[in-house]
Amino acid sequence: MPDTVTITVNGAGIGVPAGAMVSTAVAMAGMAMFRRSVTGEPRGPLCGMGICFECRVSINGQTHQRSCQIPCEPGMEVRTDD
Amino acid sequence: MIDVAVVGAGPAGLAAARSAAESGAAVTIIDENVQPGGQIWRGGAAECKSWLHEKVRLVHGARVFDAHLGFIAIECADGKVEELEYRSLILATGARERFLPFPGWTLPNVMGAGGLQALAKGAMPIAEKKVVVAGSGPLLLAVGSYLREHGAEVRLVAEQAGRSSLLRFGLALTRSPNKARQAARLRASLRGIPYQTGCWPLAAHGSEKLESVTLRRGSRTWTEPCDYLACGFGLVPNTELAALLGCRIEEGVAVDEHQRTSVPGVYSAGEATGIGGLDLSLIEGEIAGFAAAGREEDARRRFADRDSHRRFANALEKAFALRSELQKLPQDSTMICRCEDVTWGRVRACQSWREAKLQTRCGMGPCQGRVCGAALEFLLGSKAESVRPPVFPVRIGSLVRYRADEKETATDGHR
Repeated sequence: MPDTVTITVNGAGIGVPAGAMVSTAVAMAGMAMFRRSVTGEPRGPLCGMGICFECRVSINGQTHQRSCQIPCEPGMEVRTDD
Repeated sequence: MIDVAVVGAGPAGLAAARSAAESGAAVTIIDENVQPGGQIWRGGAAECKSWLHEKVRLVHGARVFDAHLGFIAIECADGKVEELEYRSLILATGARERFLPFPGWTLPNVMGAGGLQALAKGAMPIAEKKVVVAGSGPLLLAVGSYLREHGAEVRLVAEQAGRSSLLRFGLALTRSPNKARQAARLRASLRGIPYQTGCWPLAAHGSEKLESVTLRRGSRTWTEPCDYLACGFGLVPNTELAALLGCRIEEGVAVDEHQRTSVPGVYSAGEATGIGGLDLSLIEGEIAGFAAAGREEDARRRFADRDSHRRFANALEKAFALRSELQKLPQDSTMICRCEDVTWGRVRACQSWREAKLQTRCGMGPCQGRVCGAALEFLLGSKAESVRPPVFPVRIGSLVRYRADEKETATDGHR
């Protein structure tokens, strides 16, 4: 297993340690806001254990993925809300 | 057919699986995480690897979304749905952090204490970041100490419990030398970080993300600039699956001395039954595993040890009891339900949580009330009422397949 995995977050490449969760990669890419709430407020991870659903992003086109529960895989395309 | 199905691979679940497997039972553990060990405990995972794979089937990355007497339905990481038939079921579903609403608590970079620690453990650089740790309970010390070790500038740890109640607890600690040593080590690792008792956050500020937090201690209020606020007010047992099965729920899942719930064949151990920490979870798990495998005598040998740890857990709970001032933190415009963006003003206007759900959609988003339910329990003093499957959001395709399976087996006359 390679030590580093490269994925893209909103189109920009970022290398993260193998085994890191998608939430870590998004935070490392400098993003605090992961999604917008139903009324448009900025939100980011809260619980870190898959319960609160605040860290949802889209991964490879699939929306509403909990980034704190999914490990990064090479070439993954991650998008946060605008 | 599985002899013993264990839900949760934290300390209690692993201990349960081990004692059941060593008693000769065929054991399967289901866990939603990639690695066994649970949310906070990391040391155990390495130790258990030696025996886990030989004796026990571990299904990881899988979530139980429905449970009945005799079988549970899980959705695996790849989206596959499986139904597992069991003779005995051990619910070791653990606990989650309690979050309390205050103005600004929904801003990005306001996280749970465990949440920020999880990100930092996942290799997010935290060095030189300004962090305020606030809320209640021993977890705050552990998190403050971890973040500091990894180079964060921990500005302070704000514990809402008062000094006198913690001092009384400190005296109780001296009766338990092992715990006293742990506490002393934590305090030592915090050297130089102010640990303020009787201190809590009033509001978090920032536009697109957190910039500062206002804290209160006694009559003094001040604003502390920071990059992260790690904030949790103790832990809440995860009782959803037990409730779905019809188990009696008190503070947590109610169990007898053999860790049996009120439903025959269903056991529960660890923090799902009440907050008690690592050592208690391990012992309760061991007892549940023996009992579920029919070795009640072996279970009985651990009762005295468990009871002494329970006394400690009770003292801990009393020491860190939440103060009523925290009920006054949310303003009318403060979000209570983060999924559906329902404010305190709207929830407060309702007579019950049920009415709030119907009128405002409070608790009806993807977290299914796991966050706002625990907050409202403290703010209003009433518990969430009903649990329905799926107890976690699952893909519609999974539900369709699940229902199809159900119909098939029903016509086959299996159930």
